[in-house]
Amino acid sequence: MNSKITDYIIEKIIFLCGIIAIVFVVLIFGFLLKEGFAFFKEYGVFNFIFGKYWYPTSNPASYGVFSLIIGSLLVTLGAAIIAVPFGIMTALFIAELAPKGIRDVLKSIVELMAAIPSVVLGFVGMVTLVPLVRSVLDIPTGLTAFSGSIVLGFMAMPTIVSISEDAIRSVPWQYKEGAYALGATKWQTIRRVVLKAAMPGIIAAVMLGIGRVIGETMAVLMVTGNAAAIPSSIFDPVRTLTATIAAEMGETVRGGLHYRALFGIGLVLFTITFIINFVADLFLNKKR
Amino acid sequence: MNFKLSPKLSQKIAYTLLVISTIIVIVPVLTVIIIIIKNGWSALSWEFLTTMPKDGMRAGGILPAILGTLAIVSCAICVTLPVGVCAAIYLNEYAKDNLLTRIIKLAIVNLAGVPSVVYGLFGLGIFVMLLGFGVSILAGALTLSIMELPVIITTARGALSSVPYSFREASWSLGVSKWQTIRRVVLPNALPGIMTGAILSISRISGETAPILFTAAAFYVPHLPKSMFDQVMALPYHLYIISTQIPNMPKNIIFGTALVLLLMVLSMSLIAIVARLYFRKIRKW
Amino acid sequence: MVDKIKVENLNCFYSGKQVLKNLNLTVKKNEILSIIGPSNSGKTSFLRTLNRMNDMNVSFSRKGDVFLDDDNIFEMNPEKLRTRIGMLFAMPIPLPMSIYDNIAYAPKVLGLKNKKNMDEVVEQSLRDASLWDEVKDRLDSSAIKMSGGQQQRLCIARILAIEPEVILFDEPCSGLDPISTAKVEEAMLKLKEKYTIVLVTNNVKQASRVGTRTAFFLMGELIEIDKTQNIFLTPKNKLTEDYITGRFG
Repeated sequence: MNSKITDYIIEKIIFLCGIIAIVFVVLIFGFLLKEGFAFFKEYGVFNFIFGKYWYPTSNPASYGVFSLIIGSLLVTLGAAIIAVPFGIMTALFIAELAPKGIRDVLKSIVELMAAIPSVVLGFVGMVTLVPLVRSVLDIPTGLTAFSGSIVLGFMAMPTIVSISEDAIRSVPWQYKEGAYALGATKWQTIRRVVLKAAMPGIIAAVMLGIGRVIGETMAVLMVTGNAAAIPSSIFDPVRTLTATIAAEMGETVRGGLHYRALFGIGLVLFTITFIINFVADLFLNKKR
Repeated sequence: MNFKLSPKLSQKIAYTLLVISTIIVIVPVLTVIIIIIKNGWSALSWEFLTTMPKDGMRAGGILPAILGTLAIVSCAICVTLPVGVCAAIYLNEYAKDNLLTRIIKLAIVNLAGVPSVVYGLFGLGIFVMLLGFGVSILAGALTLSIMELPVIITTARGALSSVPYSFREASWSLGVSKWQTIRRVVLPNALPGIMTGAILSISRISGETAPILFTAAAFYVPHLPKSMFDQVMALPYHLYIISTQIPNMPKNIIFGTALVLLLMVLSMSLIAIVARLYFRKIRKW
Repeated sequence: MVDKIKVENLNCFYSGKQVLKNLNLTVKKNEILSIIGPSNSGKTSFLRTLNRMNDMNVSFSRKGDVFLDDDNIFEMNPEKLRTRIGMLFAMPIPLPMSIYDNIAYAPKVLGLKNKKNMDEVVEQSLRDASLWDEVKDRLDSSAIKMSGGQQQRLCIARILAIEPEVILFDEPCSGLDPISTAKVEEAMLKLKEKYTIVLVTNNVKQASRVGTRTAFFLMGELIEIDKTQNIFLTPKNKLTEDYITGRFG
């Protein structure tokens, strides 16, 4: 029968696509591992991770990413301090207090927020926030870790808000009824029952938000000043792992040591975000 | 301190804080959008959208950047959507629930969170260098499609698994084969979810800069792209260079470019959001 | 009467746990065989083995054979088998399409009928399921909007459209009110003339009303099978008597 043959072919194509997708997944991992390890072998993992100096163009070149890691961590930490409390409180408002009409509007706005390209946010941050930071704090440049943290904080919020909101909304209503039956006010119920029950999901939301911040490239490249030195405070310019790749890859000799050093950074980033996402996934599954 | 807030009062304070925090989250988004519209509106014109840049990009239009982005994004979605949906069908409908499948599903979920600049590295190593496509539309589009593959697979799987299992059973029990069941019952009902996911993906990759930075984007190309192996200008990358690398760049052109990019991305997201609300409302089960 | 289905030494397992033990029975042509028994007695597992719906479950395994007429069902193409042995589920599952399309769905996909005949097939199937008069004016409206009883009869009509030889009913009235139940039972008795029916039910009274013969399952074993009136009036096994008189279950 003719249609039987078509069915058979289509099923085979589906299997093939499944396999192609899987092969690429493995390929990305394998490729980064190969390039990264080739560099580690030549330069040494310890020198790479804990080396203080990132001087890829001097002679002899030095490829220590410690200051870049510190830069990434500092910006991320600042972003988390901004995004986590506001994100969770907003999620609570949307999930528990907002009437249905307003809830849909707010959720749509949060989603639109996630859609704004990072290069646009970086640009707006550069022309509005950076001069503001400079004049208000009276420091030589507004291109600082602090500015980066603010921009990235807002980039982490959509993730934190929407995933926390899901977690809060999926708390079974019986839990709340139980608390109301004991005479608790709505806020006491939210604080003691809802937040507690939704906690795994909220933790996952925070981790995914942080994962997004660590991997963010263009906005940090545009507002953090890109100085590859260990910062003394959050008001110093910093350079992150991602910005380093984006800024320098264009000028490297393909296949050279500098080129491979950037792949080494890529492997570090890949590992960090993979671990964060993996743990977040565990929390999300624990919720169910 | 002996003083203790009454439950009523503490509830009031808490609610106020929640409202304030929501405002703090929402207002900057709207401000960003307003700033860009206000400053970029004056640059918007038919000419701006349809002519080549002039005077070292300080004047003229942004046509090559718009076309470049359209070319890269449409190629990318043409690759990633069919492959991603097929992979989702495979994982959701055919794959046996064993350890290997679970590892693959986990890997795909996690790959969605890998930084886009890392995908850029991958694209550079594989497509530009190893496969020899050079810095080109093809290399950039493939890089973006690999980046978006996990997202498409994840949303498509969500849409497929939201179709009740009982529909499949009902169809099988009538002697209908697995594939015919997928085609006639599962896919039609999962389609709205898959399509809104696809539109959101298009919106997302249109604004991505890092993955095309070293795989497709060029600082300036004096002519429009002619083949898949050409380097191209791209809207997000163009915005990046005119706002950071070119001295004395007229502000309204930068804002105008940002506005065009923003309109492109937000209108697609908006379409997806509205479509999703609509389909949820008319959904039959 | 001719044997329609012959079950020989059937053993079934889910993830290694045995749910059916050494089952031997026959279903005769044009009878309604009701299967009664408490929950977890293997009734539904038995039904889902007969049309191989269990094949979709990876943890399922079995030993033994089932013959439909003279063909071993485990050697047949499962899709072909299911067009010969239709199944009605406990909860009505209308597909999210119109009433007409629900009936026409399988014949169309399977290529059983051409387009011209389809209207007749739909009408005849709905008539046989005692639903035609209620829906003939709104065949294009969504099947999801019908009442539960109507949905269940629609699902019966859907099976009739593929003209099977045997129909399996898996507790078809468990979610229905008494009036809807009566209508489904009425349809069932009418169908007996053309089809062979296996009915699994938790409702002992339903078995006594419609069953030609009745089988009593307990913990995966067949305890007793006989003419319905014998089972209810003069059960041979003490367990059967205890169950139908409501002493456990």
